[in-house]
Amino acid sequence: MIEVENISKTFGDTQILYDISAKFERGKSNLIIGASGTGKSVLLKSIVGLVMPEEGKVLYDGRKFLESDKEEKAQIRREIGMLFQGGALFDSKTIEENVQFPLDLLTDMSKEEKIDRVNNVLSRVGLENTNDKMPSEVSGGMKKRVGIARAIVNDINYLFCDEPNSGLDPRTSLLIDELIYEITHELNVTTIVVTHDMNSVMGIGEHIIYLSKGKKLWEGNSDNILDSGQEDLEDFIFASKFMKKLRKTL
Amino acid sequence: MKSIGAYFIFLGNMFVRRENFRSYFKLVMTECNQIGVNSLFLVAITSTFMGAVTTVQTAYNLVSPLIKNYVVAQVAREMIVLELAPTITAIVIAGKVGSSIASGLGTMRITEQIDALEVMGVNSISYLVLPKILAAVIMYPLLVIIGGALALYGGYLAGTLTDILTPTEYIYGIRISFNPYTVQFALIKSAVFAFLISSISSFQGYYTTGGALEVGISSTSAVTKSCIAVLLADYILAELLLN
Repeated sequence: MIEVENISKTFGDTQILYDISAKFERGKSNLIIGASGTGKSVLLKSIVGLVMPEEGKVLYDGRKFLESDKEEKAQIRREIGMLFQGGALFDSKTIEENVQFPLDLLTDMSKEEKIDRVNNVLSRVGLENTNDKMPSEVSGGMKKRVGIARAIVNDINYLFCDEPNSGLDPRTSLLIDELIYEITHELNVTTIVVTHDMNSVMGIGEHIIYLSKGKKLWEGNSDNILDSGQEDLEDFIFASKFMKKLRKTL
Repeated sequence: MKSIGAYFIFLGNMFVRRENFRSYFKLVMTECNQIGVNSLFLVAITSTFMGAVTTVQTAYNLVSPLIKNYVVAQVAREMIVLELAPTITAIVIAGKVGSSIASGLGTMRITEQIDALEVMGVNSISYLVLPKILAAVIMYPLLVIIGGALALYGGYLAGTLTDILTPTEYIYGIRISFNPYTVQFALIKSAVFAFLISSISSFQGYYTTGGALEVGISSTSAVTKSCIAVLLADYILAELLLN
């Protein structure tokens, strides 16, 4: 479980996050949702330590993260897998080298073991026989899947996904969502997904927190999100004309 | 001042939480290829012409019956070994390698590749920058040796083909009163220049924020700052090691 306590973050004169607290349970796909610019990614980056909040605590299964020294942080980070918005694959490495990268640096596995592991995870994300391709030779959806493969190739306990559906068509988005959901349950990891995609919210939102203007306004799941009674959240969900029409039919 | 402080902290961070030797060895070899081997052609061309021009212009300025022809080669040698080979090559390298390092790291930053390394628990400064600096410090003195030799050969070609002096006079000129310390000085300078170019360019690239436009700005800034640092270091080293 990941616990976030009273996180506040300011960039210059602009306060991005206001006193955010939440608990993200293991084996669940936890979603942080909200409109663009509400601080979702900043919150995620604060949780993994890429951004240092001015105030607040982050606990990984009870272990303090933000206050820990570099060595302890590195240790916790080795249990983390992260899928970035653009995939963040290393351009100069092949798909296989990208996925194998955490194993090369963080494990003492033999070459054969590493290749077996890489092939396993690539096959798990549906990318068999793409080992020798370069990131520039694969589609956006495939890049995301390689990103997921790289995130889970090591034995991780925590999976973070920053807008995994951005730039993808609805069908591919659905496949990525399903993959994240399945992996969360298969590996029993604590997953946190940042998204503003309502299909993801309804499809895999086992625990959802809604941010607006840097504040947590609502917490729940996909079953009760439509009955939240939270005006701001309803505006967010039913933002498009199509959704507004749909709302009238509900 | 803040930037200078950040630069030294950046350098300090290279030496904490390093990865295993094997990973660095492969990276250093790759960087040696990119920084050294891939710069060879440019260094060869600029050095050869630099030597040729130096010889022709020295001859132009030493037109006197009291000055023997071989002196042209002697003066050209001193200029090439002491200054032109290490410094002009450094400026050329700052343009080619410096911009490449800064834009490479800048692109990695804006595409979140550096964040990906950090999330994996890897010290990204050490992993990405240390191999570049090591490779530059290893390869640049070699480039300067090759550049210096080719510049002397360029001078030979220009001098003999245009009848400024005979081959015997040129060879005599580049050998007479030769002080091996000048080569040592050139190599010390080249190692210092390599460190400055690679570290400043890495610093500029690593802390790029924004998008493609900012990567271009970082790249330009890396070249400008590297050139200034090289010229400043050139003067300081001359004062320290020659006076």
